[in-house]
Amino acid sequence: MDARELYQDIILDHGRHPRNFHALTQATNLAHGHNPLCGDRVTVYLELDGDRIKDVSFDGRGCAISTASASLMTEVLKGKTLAEADALFKGFHAEVTGKPVPVLPDTLAEDMERLAPLEGVRAYPTRVKCATLAWHAFEAALKNGADGTTAATVKTE
Amino acid sequence: MSRAAVQTAAKRALDTARIKRDFPVFDNNPGLVFLDSAASSQKPAVVIDGVAEFYRTDYANVHRGVYRLSARSSDRYEGARETVRRFLNAASADEIVFVRGATEAINLVAYSWGTTFLKPGDEVLITELEHHANIVPWQLIRERTGLKLVVAPLDASGGLDLAAFEARLSSRTKLVAVTQLANATGAMLPVETIARLAHKHGAKVLVDGCQAAPRLPVDVRTLDCDFYVFSGHKIYGPTGIGVLYAKAAILESMPPWQGGGDMIEQVTFEKTTFQKPPHRFEAGTPDISGAIGLAMALDYVETLGRDAISAHEEELTGYGVDTLSRLPGIRLVPAGQRRLGILSVDVQGAHPHDLATVLDQHHVAVRAGHHCAQPLMDRLGLAGTTRASLGIYNDARDIDALAAALTAAQKLFA
Repeated sequence: MDARELYQDIILDHGRHPRNFHALTQATNLAHGHNPLCGDRVTVYLELDGDRIKDVSFDGRGCAISTASASLMTEVLKGKTLAEADALFKGFHAEVTGKPVPVLPDTLAEDMERLAPLEGVRAYPTRVKCATLAWHAFEAALKNGADGTTAATVKTE
Repeated sequence: MSRAAVQTAAKRALDTARIKRDFPVFDNNPGLVFLDSAASSQKPAVVIDGVAEFYRTDYANVHRGVYRLSARSSDRYEGARETVRRFLNAASADEIVFVRGATEAINLVAYSWGTTFLKPGDEVLITELEHHANIVPWQLIRERTGLKLVVAPLDASGGLDLAAFEARLSSRTKLVAVTQLANATGAMLPVETIARLAHKHGAKVLVDGCQAAPRLPVDVRTLDCDFYVFSGHKIYGPTGIGVLYAKAAILESMPPWQGGGDMIEQVTFEKTTFQKPPHRFEAGTPDISGAIGLAMALDYVETLGRDAISAHEEELTGYGVDTLSRLPGIRLVPAGQRRLGILSVDVQGAHPHDLATVLDQHHVAVRAGHHCAQPLMDRLGLAGTTRASLGIYNDARDIDALAAALTAAQKLFA
């Protein structure tokens, strides 16, 4: 596999210029993600309004894959309900780990399409955790309140 | 080594093309540019086949059987110990303990020697260049012993600040535990001087020789260290085997750290008396074939010549430094006044893991990340580095391939 198949333009672009890359002062939930293998760190901030994600952002430091994945994640999660977000996470996780992808509602097809450039990591088992780090942090943030210090370091499997 | 000595040794430089043919991995992976020997080296056929041959001809458990096959197996196992003694120029084979690797060796010293002799307020002095294996064991026995872990800093050039190190020595210092060659950056430490200074203050000295033993002649008596540790798998030997050298009187004073068969003199349910070193520290059936494979690897290294190997590594390191320094946007992580065998780079705008993935596309195998030296990375202000490390099979073309792949990666991430 050629490196360009993994590092597609959209990934390089989001890696260099991540979207929603800032702390969220009005965050209702946050969590820190840490990949002990490479030292990458990401903090995911959520502003929940009932069961809807009103706003989402992240900051931290990481490789092009983890930064692009976090950036794309914030783009697709904004405005979603928690049930939709969960479905997207399950679908995305299955895509990048090469597992059978669950059937998702048609309304999420476009979002899955947005995340598709990251599917290239499937061919690089050691890099899958880079693509899933922000998503694990997102999941942890849902369980946390706004006090991210109580967050456990997320696992990176 | 003087310039003249380097030149003399370089004349006997290694025939890397022939050496590469000794390592089947290169046959089976055409085009492989292997620059990760600091993590683990590849294995020559003499080791791979030698271990298999041992299992086919002489294998039985050691030190137990009365039958001849077991005696032969024991002879070969103890013969491996003698090979290691010679390799380190230790005074006696009884000073050589077989362990799983350098990590286990340091843990053995910490748990046996450390918990016996370290008292509250005693200090263990390490450096900022250490691998986690020479940090964490001391932290683990800290609560039990009350020891204080003291860290000697780097100087501006990335080497050990010897004056600052000396300033941290006192009568409270009971052990100085240092690497001979820093795995993350390739910085060499003046271990002879360190040992002399430490002994002046009555401290014992442990040298982590994981990266040095495969690259430099080592003489533990000239070095005058009290403990020396290295791993077999980094010196072209099998995984799962390593060496703890300790001066006889010190080993004699140390209690066992694991109990079981082979390490006892007499056992009753009331009381057990223990074997003398080194067997006191080798509870249970040891890694017999590992020890024998390690001896074969050491013999292979001796055949090539350790002066020739160090001259080769020095020459290739110099070529690597020159080549990589010329690449714009790439910074070699500083390694003090003397660097050997390891080239760690920081590439502007590219994360080490992204680099390593792209380098892999070019068949260049390097290590990316913190290299089990997170405190050093923090000190250098880096999340990680991309590390190329050299072995006896590497040549200038491997460095050229590394440079070309780095340039291609830079272009991708620019």
